Amino acid sequence: MANQKKLAIIATKGTLDFAYPPLILGTTAAALDYDVTIFWTFYGLQVLKKKTNLKISPLGNPAMPMPVPMPVLVQVLPGMEDMATIMMKQKMASKGVASIDDLMEMAIESDVKMIACQMTVDLFDFKHSELMDGVEYAGAARFFEVAQDADIVLFI
Amino acid sequence: MADITLDAKGLNCPLPILRAKKALKEMASGQILAIEATDPGSAKDFESFCSQTGNELVKASEANNVYYYEIRKS
Repeated sequence: MANQKKLAIIATKGTLDFAYPPLILGTTAAALDYDVTIFWTFYGLQVLKKKTNLKISPLGNPAMPMPVPMPVLVQVLPGMEDMATIMMKQKMASKGVASIDDLMEMAIESDVKMIACQMTVDLFDFKHSELMDGVEYAGAARFFEVAQDADIVLFI
Repeated sequence: MADITLDAKGLNCPLPILRAKKALKEMASGQILAIEATDPGSAKDFESFCSQTGNELVKASEANNVYYYEIRKS
């Protein structure tokens, strides 16, 4: 499409909550007819895994609303992270918030391009076979090729 | 009258917009898509969606916490 607007996002985080912004903004921009590229690096690579196991932790995040006040020493107990994750997923489902899997599927459907940072893939010993099919593997120079042509660039 | 009606009730941002976009893709130019939603943020979002995509927001109303929109495909 001529004059198509372009969005480039760098996604660096791999917790359940921070998997949302790049995918929400990416899919929405695609719906607004943007050409969208997301460059996943460091912990963001977790979101690109075929089998994701994204979690949320109240630990170190005093801004996270909790149903009951929970002292930090309780938050470190085994299983607390899983519990917080289950509760967050339940809350999201009850509020009609899309799951990460759904958003990722919609992103692929709407041709959002995914680039995985090869350096961090190596750093974490991830195999290409562990990450989704159709992902491009590249480095910082490739990102700038995308970014220099983009109308909007976001770092998340 | 609407050619197609999309039930986006109970869905939260950005799902009403994504579903609407998907529905519009299957429609012909000039056809009207009706959308029912419960997300209060959808009021501003459908305005912005239409102004950016060139589709026309023909109608926007709200009754009993249900938002109703009609969009004419460009």
